[in-house]
Amino acid sequence: MLLLLVGLIISACSNDEDKKNTNQVSTNAPVTTETPQEIVVRINDDPDFLDPHKATASISYQMILNIFEGLMAPETDGSLKQGLAESYDISEDGLTYTFKIRSGVKFHNGEDLTIEDIQYSFDRLMGKNGGEKMSNNFDNVASTEAPDATTFVIKLKEPNSNFLYSLTARQSAIIPKNNDGKHNENPIGTGPFSYVKYAPGSNLVLKKNDSYWKEGLPYLDKVTFTFQSDDQAAIMSLMANEVDLTSVPWQRVNEVESSHHLSHQNNNSSLIVTFNETKAPFDNVKVRQAMNYAISKSDIIDSVFAGYAVPLGSNMSPAMGDYQKKGLENIYKLDVDKAKALLAEAGYPDGFKTKITVSSHNDIYSNIAQIVAANLKEIGVDVEIEVVEWGIWLDRVYFGRDYNMTTIDLTGRASAYEILNDYISTNDSENFFLFKNDEYDKIMADVLKETDTAKQIDYYQRAQEILAEQAVSVYVADYQIVWGSDKQVTGLKSYPFWFHDMSEVKFSN
Amino acid sequence: MMYIIRRFILLITTILLVSIITFGVFQILPGDPVRTMLGTEADPTQIENLRSELGLDRPLYEQYADWMKGLLTGELGNSIRFSMPVKDLLFDRLPVTMSLALLTLTIVLLVSLPLGMFAARRQNKLSDVSLSTLTQIGMAVPSFWLGMMLILYVGMKFSFFKISGYIPWTQSVSGALSTLVLPALTIAIPQIAVNFRYVRTAILEQMQLDYVRTIRSKGMSEQNVMYKHVLKNAMIPILTVFGLIMAEVVAGTIIVEQVFSLPGVGQLLITAISNRDFPLVQGIVMYITVAVVVINFIVDILYSVLDPRIRLR
Repeated sequence: MLLLLVGLIISACSNDEDKKNTNQVSTNAPVTTETPQEIVVRINDDPDFLDPHKATASISYQMILNIFEGLMAPETDGSLKQGLAESYDISEDGLTYTFKIRSGVKFHNGEDLTIEDIQYSFDRLMGKNGGEKMSNNFDNVASTEAPDATTFVIKLKEPNSNFLYSLTARQSAIIPKNNDGKHNENPIGTGPFSYVKYAPGSNLVLKKNDSYWKEGLPYLDKVTFTFQSDDQAAIMSLMANEVDLTSVPWQRVNEVESSHHLSHQNNNSSLIVTFNETKAPFDNVKVRQAMNYAISKSDIIDSVFAGYAVPLGSNMSPAMGDYQKKGLENIYKLDVDKAKALLAEAGYPDGFKTKITVSSHNDIYSNIAQIVAANLKEIGVDVEIEVVEWGIWLDRVYFGRDYNMTTIDLTGRASAYEILNDYISTNDSENFFLFKNDEYDKIMADVLKETDTAKQIDYYQRAQEILAEQAVSVYVADYQIVWGSDKQVTGLKSYPFWFHDMSEVKFSN
Repeated sequence: MMYIIRRFILLITTILLVSIITFGVFQILPGDPVRTMLGTEADPTQIENLRSELGLDRPLYEQYADWMKGLLTGELGNSIRFSMPVKDLLFDRLPVTMSLALLTLTIVLLVSLPLGMFAARRQNKLSDVSLSTLTQIGMAVPSFWLGMMLILYVGMKFSFFKISGYIPWTQSVSGALSTLVLPALTIAIPQIAVNFRYVRTAILEQMQLDYVRTIRSKGMSEQNVMYKHVLKNAMIPILTVFGLIMAEVVAGTIIVEQVFSLPGVGQLLITAISNRDFPLVQGIVMYITVAVVVINFIVDILYSVLDPRIRLR
C-alpha cells in the first residue's frame, strides 16, 4: 500500500515534469504561444444569490456585475454612463425619464434584448408580475411604458435626483423574460461574461460572452472566482500561483511587493466607532464630542491598517470626489484635556463605565476596540469589550439597537444620497445610531428635489457638517484595499464600491 | 446475537437524541439566518420575502415535524445560505471528506503499526526512546499550525502539492493526491503519534504475559511469536483506540479543510454555522453523528469477533 502511494506520487511528479517540458518545447518553437486568458480571483465568501434581483450582499455584486447590465452603468469615479440605454432624457419637471434602448444587444442564451425584457425586469422588481415586490427603490415609480420597440419611459410620482442610480445593474439588472423562475439556478444577462457553473463553497465559473455588444471586449476567456475565507491562506495561494488576484492583508504587503503587482483602492467605506444615540450618556452631544477628542485615529490607522487608510471627518470618503466635504477630519484633533473638560461639562467628571460590542467575523473590529478602550481609559471612561458572532451582532446591535458602543465599516455606495441616508430619522432599517436631527432630515428630503448638481453637492456637504458637529460617530477612516495580482494581469479598474470588473482585464507578456 | 441487537438499539437511540438536540440547540441560539445572509444592506422587503420563502415564519413545531419527516425519507430540506437541497450539497462534499479521511487512516495505519511494533521490540533502547520523544511532540502540535507549516515548507517548495482547492479523482488521480496529501498528513501526524504509543504499549503488555514465555520456550521463532500470537491479542486494545482515532479523523477534517480550502463537509459545516444555516448544520451534524456511531458499532462488533468473552459481559 505504501509502495503504491509512493509510486503514485512519483508518477504524478513525473507527469508534472512532462508538462513542464512540453511547455518549454512549445515556447522555444517558432509558433508564438499566447498566454492563456484565464484568471482566478479569490473572493472571501460565496455570493448570497446569483439572481441579481434577490442578491443584497456586496460580495455577490463583486462577481455578478460581470454577468448583468442595467440601463445605466457605473464609472470608476462614481458617476454614471449609459449602459443598455443608448441615450436618455429627463423632463424638466424631473418626473419623466425616457430611455432609448441600444440595438444589437444579445442575452447569453443568444436571444435579442427586447423592450419586453426591460418591462419584465422592472415589473418583477416592483412586484407587478404577480410575485412579491423585490425592492423598495421603485416605490416612487408612478408608471412604466414602452411607446415603441426601442423606447422605455419611467414616470415618477415625485422628482428624485438620485433615481438614475437605481438603474444600474446593482439595483435593476435587465434579465430575460423567458428565463423566469430560473434566474438563480441559471442566471442569464447581457454582460461581458456568461455563467458556467457555481459550486457552493468552492467557486463560481464564468466564460467569455462572444457576442458582447462592446466591440473587442472582453479579453479573458474564463474567469474563476474561488472562495477562500482565510486571508493568510489566500496570500499563500497568490504566492504559489494558484490565485491571480486577491486582497493582501496590510501587514503582509512587503512579502509580495517585489513579486506581484499591487494596486491600492480607496474602499469608499466609512469605518466608524459609534454609539446608541438614545442611551445615556451618549444621548449627550458633549459626551460624543469628548469621545471624538479622545480616540486617536492615527493609532488605529497605524496599528490596525498598517497605515493603509485615509482619516475621515464624516460618513464620506475621498473616493466620492466633490461630494465629500473636505477638512472635517481636522475638527476633532486628539486632545485629552478638551475631552475631559467636555465630559465634566456633560456631568461625568469622573468618566463612566460602558461596553463596546464588536463582531468577530473580522479581526479589525476587536483590534480597534482594544485601541478605543486604551484611548478612553485616559479620560476615565472604562470600556468593556464584548466580542460576538456576526449573526448576533446583526441581531442585537444592527437590527435590535441593543448596544452602547460598537465599531463597524459601512460599505460605500456609488450614490452620495445612499451613503448619507442612513442617518435620516425615519430610515428605520438603516439608522441603527438612532440619530435624529430635524435639519438633517430636511436637507436629505430637499436634495432629492434639487436637479442642479452643484446645489446637490452643497446639500450633501452641509449634511456631512451636521454629522461632524453632532459627533454622531467617531469617523475613523476609509481603509484601502491592497490588491495583489500576477504581474501579467493588466486592465483592472477600481470603482467606489465592490466590483471586480473583468471586462478589460487581460494577461499580457 | 443479543449483543448485536443491544448495540443496535444503542445506535438508534444515540442518533435520535442527537437529532433532537441538534434541532433544539439551533432554535435557541441567537442570530437570524436571513439577516446574517443578507447583511446590513438588506432591504426589509427582501428579508420578509426570503423568510416566508424559506418557511421560517411558520410555527416551530411545524418546522420540526417537517424536518423529522424529511430525515426519515433522507430529504434534509433546503440550505438557507445556498438555496439548494442539503442532500445535494452533502453529496457534492462527501467524496472530498471521505477521500481525505481514508487517505489519512491509511497513512496512520501504515506508519504507526510497524513503528509501534519496532519500538516495542527494542524497549528502552535509543531508537525506542527517540521515537517516544518524537511522538510526544507529534501529539502536542496543534493541527492548524501543522497545516500552515506544511503549506509553507512543503507546499510552497514543491509544486506538486497544491495548497488549496480540490481536484476530483475522476479528473486526475495525481491531481487528487496533490490536493489531499498535505491535509491528510496534517491530520495524520498527531494520530500516528497517539496510535504508535498504544501499539507499543499493547504489544509490550502481551510480550510480558506467561503464554508468550511458554511458546518462546517451545522454540517458536520470534517472527511467529510476534505475528501469530502477540499481534492478534494486542489488536483488541488497539482496535478500541482505532475507533476513537477514526472519530478524530472525521473531526480533524473540519479544521484542516478550512486551512487548505478543501471543499469538504467540514468546511461546509463551518460556513453553515457562521451563517446560521440551520437545515444545513442539522444535516451535516446528523451525517457526522451517523458516521461516528456506525464506526463505533462496527468496532464493537469486531471486538466480539476477536474476543468472544466481550459478548458475555
